[in-house]
Amino acid sequence: MQTSTQPRFGTEELSVFYGTNEAVKKINMEFPEKSVTALIGPSGCGKSTFLRSLNRMNDEIASARVVGKIWMDGQDLNDKETDAVTLRQKIGMVWQRPNPFYKSIYENIAFGPRYHGTKNKKQLDEIVEQSLRRAALWDEVKDRLKESALALSGGQQQRLCIARALSVSPQILLLDEPASALDPVSTGKVEELIIELKKELRIVIVTHNMQQAARVSDSTAYFYLGNLIEHDDTTKLFSNPSNQMTQEYIMGRFG
Amino acid sequence: MKAKTADKIATGVIIFFAVLIVAILGGLLGFILFRGIAHIDWHFLTSPSQNFKAGGGIGPQLFNSLFLLVLTMIITVPLGLGGGIYMAEYAKENKLTGFIRLVVEVLSSFPSIVVGLFGLLLFVNTFGFGYSLLSGAIALAIFNLPLMVRITEQAFRAVPREQKEAGLALGLSKWKIITSILLPVALPSLITGTILAAGRVFGEAAALLFTSGMTTPPLDFTDWNPFHARSPINPMRSAETLAVHIWKVNSEGRIPDAKDVSAGASAVLVIMVLLFNLVARWFGRVVYRKITASKQVN
Repeated sequence: MQTSTQPRFGTEELSVFYGTNEAVKKINMEFPEKSVTALIGPSGCGKSTFLRSLNRMNDEIASARVVGKIWMDGQDLNDKETDAVTLRQKIGMVWQRPNPFYKSIYENIAFGPRYHGTKNKKQLDEIVEQSLRRAALWDEVKDRLKESALALSGGQQQRLCIARALSVSPQILLLDEPASALDPVSTGKVEELIIELKKELRIVIVTHNMQQAARVSDSTAYFYLGNLIEHDDTTKLFSNPSNQMTQEYIMGRFG
Repeated sequence: MKAKTADKIATGVIIFFAVLIVAILGGLLGFILFRGIAHIDWHFLTSPSQNFKAGGGIGPQLFNSLFLLVLTMIITVPLGLGGGIYMAEYAKENKLTGFIRLVVEVLSSFPSIVVGLFGLLLFVNTFGFGYSLLSGAIALAIFNLPLMVRITEQAFRAVPREQKEAGLALGLSKWKIITSILLPVALPSLITGTILAAGRVFGEAAALLFTSGMTTPPLDFTDWNPFHARSPINPMRSAETLAVHIWKVNSEGRIPDAKDVSAGASAVLVIMVLLFNLVARWFGRVVYRKITASKQVN
């Protein structure tokens, strides 16, 4: 079955329909290992919808229909046979608004691993500490792990959500505008974190902020009206885009 | 200038209405308590009622109200939660669920006397449960279910979608997400709903006249075997609740102190509802804090 064009992780002719409206149109994209791919484009261009289809989050939306293939190590994630619940464990996700569970800081992190079979308290403690350290949050919260996660600041909550995503050891991290609700300092921390984390995983990030895309990503894809207009090295795309529309967008002429 | 005046007038009117409502409620409560509190003593709360003589109490009625509440909630809460969770999390949006929702809405505004008559025909007569706590509890459950289902559905729908998605993204099953992530967030609303439903059990008389009956057999409070005829917790015995008792004493009571008994019983009923409210809220807060590790309900 394996063809030479099939990406390790990426999409093949992936379309998303809302009803009859094709919001994402036949996207072919590959997300290389240990790198950050940024998805940019004006609001409503389908970049978030595309991102959400990668871990089958659109299954939850009754009117949405995803057609095409999502490849991950030779497996088509969009196949009806593929169990969405287990695949999502390998693909972490972080949203625009921080959404910690209404639980303690500790429980936010320990919840996933415990559900997936780690019952040992020591091991859980270890996972909690490691995940928080990787999300650069450990030092700020290590003395208040039993407190509610909702008592944290927005920026801390967002890093907690990243730590939570890391707790089940995903191979891929999907970030849907992870810093757009944060202040500049917190944004900086999250960006540093992204650059740090890409040493170990694939990261796909949707962002409205082109400076951010330029700062954190290795390659950037420009979406417009559901089409993938251009996907190239970030430096190349921002300095010398090959498509006129990309050029106009990054120059700020529209969007 | 004109807009400012209009704003001031509107604010004044709104404040007036708010004060009016509080005043009505306060007046009502004050009146009932003031009239009744003098008649409440230990004897009144514990001794059985009299049919012809003065000096009867409301002991069995008080117990019946509480026990009926427990029985009703045992039926209502699981069914209501199940139905509400189904409507919020599992049901697809189509004609059928639209129809179910319509039925629930209609049922929730159903006159309770009709529910009582239905209970009389079906549970008391057809099923042969007789005038019994069980018939009453089922009738009240039917009466309360729509409320419980609606509140549960709304409570679950009000949980931000991102909470659910966060659970999905961790690879949790739907059931785990519902029980461990959504339920704690929805809990405060569910508790409010349960209190509302419980309040209706305390206060309901019409639906109980034909189902749990208007009499209470002599009870033996030392016998807790539910199969014994005189046991207080026998669900197949007839049971007059406090609200029904108040109605009966006022409408066809032949006791000379009917006024005093109904005043006292009304005060007890009001106090019970208030107490139940406070205890349920306190309990809800404790549980909520425990499972969410938060300091306050938000």
